[in-house]
Amino acid sequence: MLDFLDINFLTGRVMPYLDRGLVMSLQLIIPAALIGGFIGVVMGVMRVFGTPWMRRGTDAVVAVIRGVPLTVQLMVLYFGLPSVPGLKIYLSPYAAALIGFIVCTASYQSEYVRGALLSIRQGQIRAAQALGMTRWQTILSVVVPQAVRRALPGCGNEIIYLVKYSSLAYIVTCIELTGEAKVLVSRTFRPTEVYLVAACYYLVMVSAATYLLAKLEKKLAIPGFGTQK
Amino acid sequence: MNAPQNDTPILRAEHFSKYLTGRKILDDCSISMRPGDVKVLIGPSGAGKSTFLQCINCLLEPDEGEIWLGERRVDFKNTRELYDLRQHVGMIFQDFKLFDHLSAENNVALALRKVRGLSKAEALKRAHEELARVGLEDKAKLYPAQLSGGQKQRVAIARALAMDPTILLLDEPTSALDPELVGEVLTVIRDLAARGMPMIMVTHQMEFARAVATEILFMEAGHVIEQGSPEELLAPGAQTRTQDFCTRLYELCGETPVEEG
Repeated sequence: MLDFLDINFLTGRVMPYLDRGLVMSLQLIIPAALIGGFIGVVMGVMRVFGTPWMRRGTDAVVAVIRGVPLTVQLMVLYFGLPSVPGLKIYLSPYAAALIGFIVCTASYQSEYVRGALLSIRQGQIRAAQALGMTRWQTILSVVVPQAVRRALPGCGNEIIYLVKYSSLAYIVTCIELTGEAKVLVSRTFRPTEVYLVAACYYLVMVSAATYLLAKLEKKLAIPGFGTQK
Repeated sequence: MNAPQNDTPILRAEHFSKYLTGRKILDDCSISMRPGDVKVLIGPSGAGKSTFLQCINCLLEPDEGEIWLGERRVDFKNTRELYDLRQHVGMIFQDFKLFDHLSAENNVALALRKVRGLSKAEALKRAHEELARVGLEDKAKLYPAQLSGGQKQRVAIARALAMDPTILLLDEPTSALDPELVGEVLTVIRDLAARGMPMIMVTHQMEFARAVATEILFMEAGHVIEQGSPEELLAPGAQTRTQDFCTRLYELCGETPVEEG
């Protein structure tokens, strides 16, 4: 019997395997966070300032996405879409997972953004109008820059969640960190060590994300917004 | 701005009526501005002064009435004409309404860039000129949270003036300020009046109103009840509602507000 927590096993076997998974995880997380974050802001703006139809449409999307487990959404995207008559959309495992994550994170982000948009005082909108600015100029250059700063802590939280729910990608056979770990466990029967290392990888990713978000918050800090002076 | 003939009104607001939540807040109010006019709206709270003011640049759309810019009637259902009207009519609010995320210079520069289409450098140059005019050139980089109330209001004035308005509306510009900060804002407004900037101002600073106003409009319950020069309305023994109101204001406040310079 090999030693428990054998360094050679960890560095020689587990880490190369999981490194590969880590790369796939990052390929899911980074685009999902960036694209999803951007779409989230757009959806948030539409939900607050859009025409009645825009609002209804985006509210409905958010209601569905927030109301259905992500696991089920991913299964629908990957296993469900090919059997829709007349549609027959075949997504690669990576595409299915990425689309699922983007839509999911955008919906949650839009909720944080919506709250922040509503918190911007109406007075400033009136002041912009009084200067002759149009509605969309006002929204884009007065309301959104402030709302983004207000929403940042919540949006950062959502990114942290995203890092962790990216582990669901393996159920649509997109083998990322958790997927690789599972495969390795089934070959080595050493779940404790493998999952321990995987857990450490996630912890490192979340710590890195936290660090970057704190830096971003600091960079965007303005007197009167946030806690830093 | 091409200066109209001295006897042509530069702006007329005619027969304004406005309903809010089913109540008639404003009932057939008119005002006409000629170059150099400084008109002061006074009256008890709830008289419709602020509503009247906000109807003039259509922040509140009047339910009835017409706005004339010089010889041209403004169709405020037309968004282009509406935005154009608002560029001609600057507005100063009681609570400043600065853009919280922008430094003083960018508060002034934003509309220059977005509405006037100036480049960033041009807009900032103009912003610095305007801030210098209100005595804040050294505060250009500071954010609203770092400014005092009086400084904020002066930035707001610079922001409005940068758009080269034909006329300026001031909605109780000093009533949110600590007493010791009132003077600096009044000085700026007095300078504007001296340079001939047409202004309509809602205020409770009666001494100031008396000093700068060419006309006082006394409003009550949505109507303009009295209208005339301060000399007429506030003459000893004039027996006007305006005078009565001012006397009561003095009694309430004790002394007249501090006047400087």
